[in-house]
Amino acid sequence: MNEAASPYLLETRDIVKRFGGLTAVDRVSIGVRPGEVLALLGDNGAGKSTLIKLISGVYKPDGGSLLVEGKDAHIESPKDALAAGIETIYQDLALAENLDVGANIFLGRERFKKRLGFIRVLDDADMAKEAKTVLDRLDIRIPSLKAVIRTLSGGQRQAVAISRSIYWKAKVLIMDEPTAALGIAEQRKVLDLVRTLRDQGLGVIIISHQMYDVFEVADRIAVMRRGQLAGERLARDSSPDEIVGLIVGSETVTRR
Amino acid sequence: MIGSSGAKAPPLASPLVRAIARNWSAAFLLLMLVVFSLATPNFLSITNAQNVVHLQTIGFLLAAAETFVIITGGIDLSIGFVMGLCSVSAAKLMQLLMARGLPDATTVVLASVVVLLLSLLPGLVNGIVITRFKVPPFIATLGMWGIANGIALKLCDGFPVAGLPDLLPRVGNGYLLYVLPGNFLSFFDKPPDFPDARIRELWRLIPFSLPFIVAVLGFLAFRLSRTAFGRHTYAIGGSMDASIRAGIDVDRHLVKVYVLSSFLAGIAGVFNVFQTGIGNYTTFNASYEFFAVAAVVIGGASLTGGKGRVFGSAVGVLVLAFLENGLAISGVQPFYRYIAVGVLLVFAVVVDKLFPDLL
Repeated sequence: MNEAASPYLLETRDIVKRFGGLTAVDRVSIGVRPGEVLALLGDNGAGKSTLIKLISGVYKPDGGSLLVEGKDAHIESPKDALAAGIETIYQDLALAENLDVGANIFLGRERFKKRLGFIRVLDDADMAKEAKTVLDRLDIRIPSLKAVIRTLSGGQRQAVAISRSIYWKAKVLIMDEPTAALGIAEQRKVLDLVRTLRDQGLGVIIISHQMYDVFEVADRIAVMRRGQLAGERLARDSSPDEIVGLIVGSETVTRR
Repeated sequence: MIGSSGAKAPPLASPLVRAIARNWSAAFLLLMLVVFSLATPNFLSITNAQNVVHLQTIGFLLAAAETFVIITGGIDLSIGFVMGLCSVSAAKLMQLLMARGLPDATTVVLASVVVLLLSLLPGLVNGIVITRFKVPPFIATLGMWGIANGIALKLCDGFPVAGLPDLLPRVGNGYLLYVLPGNFLSFFDKPPDFPDARIRELWRLIPFSLPFIVAVLGFLAFRLSRTAFGRHTYAIGGSMDASIRAGIDVDRHLVKVYVLSSFLAGIAGVFNVFQTGIGNYTTFNASYEFFAVAAVVIGGASLTGGKGRVFGSAVGVLVLAFLENGLAISGVQPFYRYIAVGVLLVFAVVVDKLFPDLL
């Protein structure tokens, strides 16, 4: 099929991560193309989170390589990953709960203005304005941009985390259990958002335990087991039963 | 559209209640001033107010230092003894320079600058021990608490370091304005021919320490509220993970915060020499670090981090200072002060827990 010819936006090649004697990620090669949603599945401890942390620069790999747009990416820290256009939304969202929406979206990359011509001060008004622009673009409503994250609901927090990534022109967006903490209505909206992002040409990697979510939005499904890549399927050619079989390690599981 | 329905955001108290909760310590300070003014005739005077503020210069500096550290979610127990160490070493250095025959002004300036530079070291060690070796701030700075105290006592053999230039207390306790009502006014120093016997008739206004501390606190408040340094300080206290993932070099930032803290303690130590004219080691029961932490918490900071303001902490210092002063002038036994401080401290934490979203 001709899809295979399109270059990966982000690719790992035989990437390895060890913790002492434990090989958490063992020569895993996966990739995501622009405008594609890749679901990453696996049981607890299968190495999904470690793989994500390798891609997002939290861990340094012990072997293998990481390619962004076909070129070797030197990602040694979260900052490098962000600079390469890789944005990660963790399950805990990693928002500073004591800061407001604008401050969170711009955390670590603040906007400044000059006072008296030479004193650099934070430009909170500009950051709030930009925050509103990106929230509007994604059709997200937050009661007040001045509200600190602690006063927002789970869905609102998720929305802020997603907006932050979008604002920074992510090429690849990694989402760890994006719907886990949400109510049903908010789950659907997040999945809609994922589709919107895909249609805008982003590569999205989504970790989820919810088989429904996976088949709802994913184009391709990669399954990890005990640190290794157990298999990869196109979502439209696969079924939840087959994926569960890959996850638990018995491809012949049938339930009929 | 996300977030408009099914939201289970925590309910907010009414704006009035929140405003009171946010500023209770300032309200308490005003109330206290009114009560003491009514209760004792000697409390309400410019002289008394100036004295309290002047004597708390060190308290303001240490509380400001502790504010930054506490906002990051840490604590710095070493500042009291670092202050003592800096006071003693500045005085010792001045003795050495005087013995070399240097003029007084040169001696004072040179020793102050050298000690201020040296005061960066304890914070640097604290910061490295905390970030590189993951020692909890409580333990790391408790270690420095002992080390700084030991070095200070070794330097001075347990005695105040005296015999320093006369200009020290003249500058440290000087006033901008000297006024004899209806008669004359002079700047910076009392008139040279003014008889000591009539010194009590002279109004001394605005101690040098006042513009100094206002400038220092103003600068620190600006750094905390208007710059990336301050924003990152809050962010680290709010979520260290979020800060790391946002690309902030958290370790480096924390080292800076502990260096700032010990530098402010160094300023306090040098100021102490100017104020008293001698080098003072910190006595064991002085508990400067305890009162700094108490002032910061009463001023609205949270020991879990992410919350606090420089001027809030300054209000906390004033609450503790006027409490002591007012009770003393009213003739209340000093023991009650400790009870009052204890009650205030617990009350502050209760307010913090009841209104977790107040910042």
